[in-house]
Amino acid sequence: MSVFQQLLKSNEKVILSGWMSELASSTRRADLMSDVDLQQQAAELVRLFAEAAQTSSDVQSDAYTGTREFLKEIAKSRMDQGFTPAETALFVLSLKQPIFTTLRGSVKDPSALMEEVWESGNLLDKLAMLTVTSAVAIRELTIVRQQEEMLELSTPVVKLWDGVLALPLIGTLDSARTQVVMESLLSAIVETNSQVAIIDITGVPTVDTLVAQHLIKTITAARLMGADCYLSGIRPAIAQTIVHLGIDLDDVQTKAKLSDAFALALQRLGKTVVTAKTPAAKVREL
Amino acid sequence: MDRIPILKVGDCLLVTIQVDMHDELAMSLQADLTAQIAKYASRGVLIDISSLEIVDSFIGRMLANIAAMSRVLDAQTVLTGMQPAVAITLVELGMALPGIKTALNVERGMELLKAYLSQDLEPEETDGSEE
Repeated sequence: MSVFQQLLKSNEKVILSGWMSELASSTRRADLMSDVDLQQQAAELVRLFAEAAQTSSDVQSDAYTGTREFLKEIAKSRMDQGFTPAETALFVLSLKQPIFTTLRGSVKDPSALMEEVWESGNLLDKLAMLTVTSAVAIRELTIVRQQEEMLELSTPVVKLWDGVLALPLIGTLDSARTQVVMESLLSAIVETNSQVAIIDITGVPTVDTLVAQHLIKTITAARLMGADCYLSGIRPAIAQTIVHLGIDLDDVQTKAKLSDAFALALQRLGKTVVTAKTPAAKVREL
Repeated sequence: MDRIPILKVGDCLLVTIQVDMHDELAMSLQADLTAQIAKYASRGVLIDISSLEIVDSFIGRMLANIAAMSRVLDAQTVLTGMQPAVAITLVELGMALPGIKTALNVERGMELLKAYLSQDLEPEETDGSEE
């Protein structure tokens, strides 16, 4: 057993208090976490670490299972509390300072001291990496969940009139979303027995060749089902981009605004909108 | 061997595909349909594929071919009742079937054909000779 492991066990108290003062001076975030919680976490981690270090110096070994689990827990709670991954890593890394101080006090031979510092430093680096990895994994889980939620939220098909559907698209179109958009539009066409579908891209920030291809696919599929499909909400900037990119929209009926496309749809269905002789407000007065 | 029935309705021919298409069936349909169009001098062909759940590129090509052949024999083809999944598959296969008219169901398809045929029967414009 090396000196560092013995010291860790015998000087647990000293290291802990050293660590607490180190934390207080460097990475303390009093706005996010109370002193009592921090003290508890630190004490528990030092205890687990000292215990695990007695038997092994490989953080992936069974001896470190408890330490690893505890670090994952810390990462999770830190992320929930709003710490950055860097701050979470620094929490573990700041344990180096008190350990090195203790080592310097006990080991007098410079080369032996170097050896001990190197070994303990390595170990703590790995533990810090582990913490960051779990913190990032937690973040990624959140991102995946939010992406799924967005996918569901952002593809509503609305009925404008008997036989006229509108699909207001918001956000960037990628392959996965196009698939969802296409499926929901086509099944809505069947359900509502609609003859016209209007795809409104006012909320689509950019149109590149890929997005245009996705749109054309959706429009072609709707046509195959027997519904006319119009494209509306094309902003002037996007019209310029489409032409500059050489995207061929010849087969697609396009309109600048949703209202224009709706007027065209009504015309296609043989319906007209007329102004009433007496406005509804006046009828109520009578 | 199975054959897909072709029904004569006035000027038009009605084909409803109720079974899964396999290649031989498709080929025989193609032959039968062209023979019938020629025999009755039909002006319209309505193909209902509402029961068709699976398509491949061959069936897609066959549908395009039937439309092209009918056009040569001066009959307009309308394809009705395509399932969403079938439409997506055809688009992904890159087969947009440009020569074919489509409708949501048989009723709409018939209306479309009628409109097309009556438009044909209308006398040609008189080049402003009324003036």
